[in-house]
Amino acid sequence: MARILLLFAHPALEKSRVHAAMLKRVQQITDITINDLYQQYPFFDIDIQREQELLLSNDIFVFQHPLYWYSSPAIVKQWQDLVLEHGWAYGKNGRMLEGKKIFHVITSGGRAESYNKEGYNAYSIQDFLRPVERTARLCRMEYWPPYVIHGTHRMNEADINIQSIQYAALLSALRDEKIDMKETESINYLNELLPIRKSIET
Amino acid sequence: MDQHSFLFQALVYLASAVLFVPIAKKLGLGSVLGYLMAGIVIGPAVMGFVGKEGQDIMHFAEFGVVMMLFLIGLELEPELLWKLRKSIVGLGGLQVILTAMIIAGIAMLFGLEGKPSLALGMILSLSSTAIVMQTLTEKGLMKSVSGQSSFAVLLFQDIAVIPMLAIFPLLAPSDNTATQPGADHTWVGGQPGWIQTIIVLGTIILIIVAGRFLIKPLLRIVAATRMREVFTATALLLIVGIAVLMTQVGLSPALGTFMAGVVLANSEYRHELESDIEPFKGLLLGLFFIAVGASIDFNLILLQPGLVFSLVLLLIVVKGLVLFLLGTFFKIGKDQNLIFSFALSQVGEFAFVLFSFSLEEGIFEQQTVSLMIAVVAISMALTPFLMMINERWILPRIGTLQKEVKPSDEIDEKNPVIVAGFGHFGNIVGRFLRANNIKATYLDIDSDRVDVLRRLGFKVFYGDASRYDLLHAAGASQAKMIIIAIDSAEKRLEMIETVKKHFPNLHMFVRASNRYDAYDLMNAGVLRVYRETVDTAIRMGVDVMTLLGKRAYTANRLARTFLKHDEANLKKLAAIRDPDEYILAAKNYIEELELIVQADTKEPALERDAGWDVESLREEINAKN
Repeated sequence: MARILLLFAHPALEKSRVHAAMLKRVQQITDITINDLYQQYPFFDIDIQREQELLLSNDIFVFQHPLYWYSSPAIVKQWQDLVLEHGWAYGKNGRMLEGKKIFHVITSGGRAESYNKEGYNAYSIQDFLRPVERTARLCRMEYWPPYVIHGTHRMNEADINIQSIQYAALLSALRDEKIDMKETESINYLNELLPIRKSIET
Repeated sequence: MDQHSFLFQALVYLASAVLFVPIAKKLGLGSVLGYLMAGIVIGPAVMGFVGKEGQDIMHFAEFGVVMMLFLIGLELEPELLWKLRKSIVGLGGLQVILTAMIIAGIAMLFGLEGKPSLALGMILSLSSTAIVMQTLTEKGLMKSVSGQSSFAVLLFQDIAVIPMLAIFPLLAPSDNTATQPGADHTWVGGQPGWIQTIIVLGTIILIIVAGRFLIKPLLRIVAATRMREVFTATALLLIVGIAVLMTQVGLSPALGTFMAGVVLANSEYRHELESDIEPFKGLLLGLFFIAVGASIDFNLILLQPGLVFSLVLLLIVVKGLVLFLLGTFFKIGKDQNLIFSFALSQVGEFAFVLFSFSLEEGIFEQQTVSLMIAVVAISMALTPFLMMINERWILPRIGTLQKEVKPSDEIDEKNPVIVAGFGHFGNIVGRFLRANNIKATYLDIDSDRVDVLRRLGFKVFYGDASRYDLLHAAGASQAKMIIIAIDSAEKRLEMIETVKKHFPNLHMFVRASNRYDAYDLMNAGVLRVYRETVDTAIRMGVDVMTLLGKRAYTANRLARTFLKHDEANLKKLAAIRDPDEYILAAKNYIEELELIVQADTKEPALERDAGWDVESLREEINAKN
């Protein structure tokens, strides 16, 4: 069984539809550690020791947050800056995170088609996530493709419900090591590992 | 205008108080001395506005003492008594007994008989609650060991007056009582001593029982009418009623009201009673001190100046020595002990009451009483001077020194920050700065605290932080900023004036007790005002919200927004506040509360985190399709 740490960041969860529903589903899965960053650190006063201990006692790190201005909410950056210390996470003697897995769970209002060279946003989600990808590799972690839910602005309650169930199913499968991770090498989104009907996103 | 008309008298008293009290305060002498000076000036000795009737005024003004005792009684909570039980019974008891015995002994050496000597000893063993409490409160020393010990001793003395008054009839020459002309108007005047004693005890029990079963229900009924002035009238009626009753049985009214106060101390109307009586007490007490000043018989003093002043000196030395020895015995630190001994070295206002009572009982002759009243009044008038001498000249050189003496090779570094006051507020700021290696110089008036801080390696100056010389010695001219965290709001304002005048470049960070205090500070030109309750109260609100299910981060953002809005509101209100209407504070308070609360609800965007709200974006996108 893989130990999963969900690093959740949403500054205004009371205004969220998709993330709130997703988080609610995940809370029902056993054996997943949820670290709700904005709830834990309302003053951004990240407890570095606590966070590092959490990282050490888990195998897969999941960063779940909305995409704000092509990036993460502010606390994720704060977390990375403080927790991934030199000599601990990276550098000559920083090998504490070696071999751990990391991936992002992102929601975006825009459609999937808009995130490519020809599209409205000109770049892919992977392009926007390059900084984190480099960070992960520098820390000798295994970087997996993101799990992305596009087109949230157009979703109705039923769509959101299906998305949440699918997401929870992904995390359960990862926890139970039922997914062959070799597949990740050939895909863009982790979504491709699951049978999600494309129609929901369009 | 007729010099004896009521209005003219009122004019003289009020004008003298309004003139002299601020002068005395400006000179750093305290308000008590100001009132005494006013009394001396309008009395027969100088201007003669007040002559024989000064005695009548004194009787009237004794009412201030009566009210003060009522208020002291009200503040006596059982826990406080329990906490101070050792000091009250031990220190207070020994002080009264020892002083009374020694003075009685000296009186007998002077040729007085046994019974009058004992009465004299008892009277003179008492100190002045009014002067000591007022002076120590003004100096901000009430919470220190000297303040607490003084309070305990004064409390014992005030209670000791009850048995004293009960004993006095027994000390009267047995054939004398009935022939005293002044005693006949009381109910018990003609009775033999032992019956008087029984009546006295009976009255005391009556007050305790009535307080519990009569006065409390009465207050409840009056409070239910919701008419403030009627409540005030009831409070006054209560005190006047008890005073009349006590006078009728030949007892001190002060004791009756004191006991009534104790009985009502744990009632729900305590605070209302306190705030209703407080202004009357203040005025009448002032009047009392003026009357004391006016009644000092300067002819007598001029006739035998040597005798009068030797008696004063002897009295102060004896009382002071007994206090100092007891203080040492009870392990009070040297500085605190000196303050304590000097503070209580005078004879109290009860002496006037007891002397007139003993005159009626025929214990003393008129001549002795006049002499002793002059001695008592002078000893009271000297107290503020003695305390000032102690503070300015003795304390800085003995025990806890004003400035720590360091080996000469150590360079005395100049700290950029000065912290005035290391009490509940200052110690948090101070500890925070120190934990982060910010060099600060500290000022404090509690010598015990100063000793501890020095032992912990703090750089501490000892004394009244509003004094220029102390600030200067502490390096105020080189420092960059000063944190004013002392307890007394009055002292803070004094200090701000000193800083503004002598150290204009020093940035001031000032603690404010509440909104009104904050207005005063803002109007005094302070830019950085910190209300001590606002952050905590908002933090509590945040925790309540979070526990109700609000997201922690959101609740905290709301709190920051609310605080900013409240501070802006505070500035606005401080600016439009009319200083002329300041006196109507209570009325304004309610009006302003309404204003503040309305501003809270009218504020259009106490919550504005639209950046995280995708609702408008969703609408736009979905409208296009």
